[in-house]
Amino acid sequence: MTDGSPAPRALPLPARWIGALGHLTLFLVESLGRFGRFLGQAIALAFVPPLKLGRLAGRIHFIGFKSLTIVILTGAFTGMALGLQVFLTLQRVGSEAFVGPAVGIALVRELGPVLTAVFVTGLAGSALTAELGIMRITEQIDALMVMALNPMRYLVVPAILAGLITFPMLTAVFDVAGIYGGYLVAVILLGMSPGTYFGQMQAFADMSDVMVGFWKSLAFGALVPWVCTYKGFHCGHGAEGVSRATTEAVVLSCVLILVFNYFLGTVLP
Amino acid sequence: MIRVQGLRKSFGGQPVLRSVDLDVATGEIMIIIGRSGGGKSVLLKHFLGLLRPDAGAVLVDGMDITRLRGAALESVLRRYGVVFQGGALFDSMSVSDNVAFPLREKTKMGAAEIARRVDEKLAQVGLVDMGHKNPAEISGGMRKRVAIARALVTEPEIVFFDEPTTGLDPILVNTIHRLIQELHRKFRFTAVMVSHEIPEIFEIADRVAMLHEGQIIETGDAHAIQTSSNPIVQRFIRGEVEAAHHAA
Repeated sequence: MTDGSPAPRALPLPARWIGALGHLTLFLVESLGRFGRFLGQAIALAFVPPLKLGRLAGRIHFIGFKSLTIVILTGAFTGMALGLQVFLTLQRVGSEAFVGPAVGIALVRELGPVLTAVFVTGLAGSALTAELGIMRITEQIDALMVMALNPMRYLVVPAILAGLITFPMLTAVFDVAGIYGGYLVAVILLGMSPGTYFGQMQAFADMSDVMVGFWKSLAFGALVPWVCTYKGFHCGHGAEGVSRATTEAVVLSCVLILVFNYFLGTVLP
Repeated sequence: MIRVQGLRKSFGGQPVLRSVDLDVATGEIMIIIGRSGGGKSVLLKHFLGLLRPDAGAVLVDGMDITRLRGAALESVLRRYGVVFQGGALFDSMSVSDNVAFPLREKTKMGAAEIARRVDEKLAQVGLVDMGHKNPAEISGGMRKRVAIARALVTEPEIVFFDEPTTGLDPILVNTIHRLIQELHRKFRFTAVMVSHEIPEIFEIADRVAMLHEGQIIETGDAHAIQTSSNPIVQRFIRGEVEAAHHAA
């Protein structure tokens, strides 16, 4: 120090830990605030006309139709694997008649909404983040802003609405494919009676199971486009920024899907 | 008339603009020059309302765009046309759709009138019969021209050019500069351009301002800048390596 005043004393280690914890807490609260405000803006804009119907149709095609093949494929094989394992387990206790309800309820309440959301995140969510990220770094989002057009209205609102529309539909497709996958293994390959498979399913699974799956898929339909558009919209610089944003979007979406799935499972009947 | 008053901006404690003052007269071509990383693009983003300054104002006919929100901001932006450095063309649209986009979204013009206006603008930038192509299918020079057509299609009063010739060969640089000059003569918009192209810009600029280390250190017409006694200006326009760098 040139002015002769004593150098400031370094803080003791516990105080530095508390300081670091404080910074981390502030960072997390700020991030959550930005994240929440982003969704709030999108919801507010969804109710302010004009709704961009052309863009909404494009997003439904992008998220929904393009994911259809993979959803059918994964749904069928999930149901087949589930049918096989449940059949072999229940056979040990002589209760293989309950394969139908076990497969149906597991798919409709849990696996359908969760796995559909995870697969659609990998397929369409990552592409959504990359697309918005590239638009950010190539100044296309700035171009919309200086044309006095709200980029949230063009890029975020249609994606979230498309998610709300397509996720329940894709989940229903996954469930049906899974149930028939289970049927293929339990009935066609392992010789179970078709009447028992579907009859027991009808006896044990009811509309409340379907509604649990529906509410979950609706929640994931908002969650995945929200996370993926947010990450794309706020991506860093260059190709590395887009790559990091895409990875973060997929990881965060998948983690949040599992977390929300648990909490929704405890709240919903 | 655009007036920049005492504009300051820092990023992460690092000052980028340190009290910038600049006047742009209505109808002139003002070109802002300066070294890379000197804050030119940051200054331009303040003109466009994309960044909020730490202090100071950007007055467009008396309205501070950095403080405007909602409809008031929109009323100023409606008077703007912007040519971004990379063109910022929408990849998902054809060349024609890119040019038509501001008209479709911000005016009540009919489809036939929009198509006529788009064809006219594409012809003015020398891109007849290119409307069906995708931006990825055309050259860098063509993309810049499409960006110029899109910026001018709404017939704006003020047009901003962010390094519109970066990455082009010398012939294309002159072609784009002549195009801007020609369009300026025809439409009489106010132009604010950020550029590195020395000495080409002296042929089209009404006035030139040099931004150095976050401040405007010299403003004047092309002749005044070329004959400036400021050693920093002289070094920049001659492309001389600074003594410190040279020694290193």
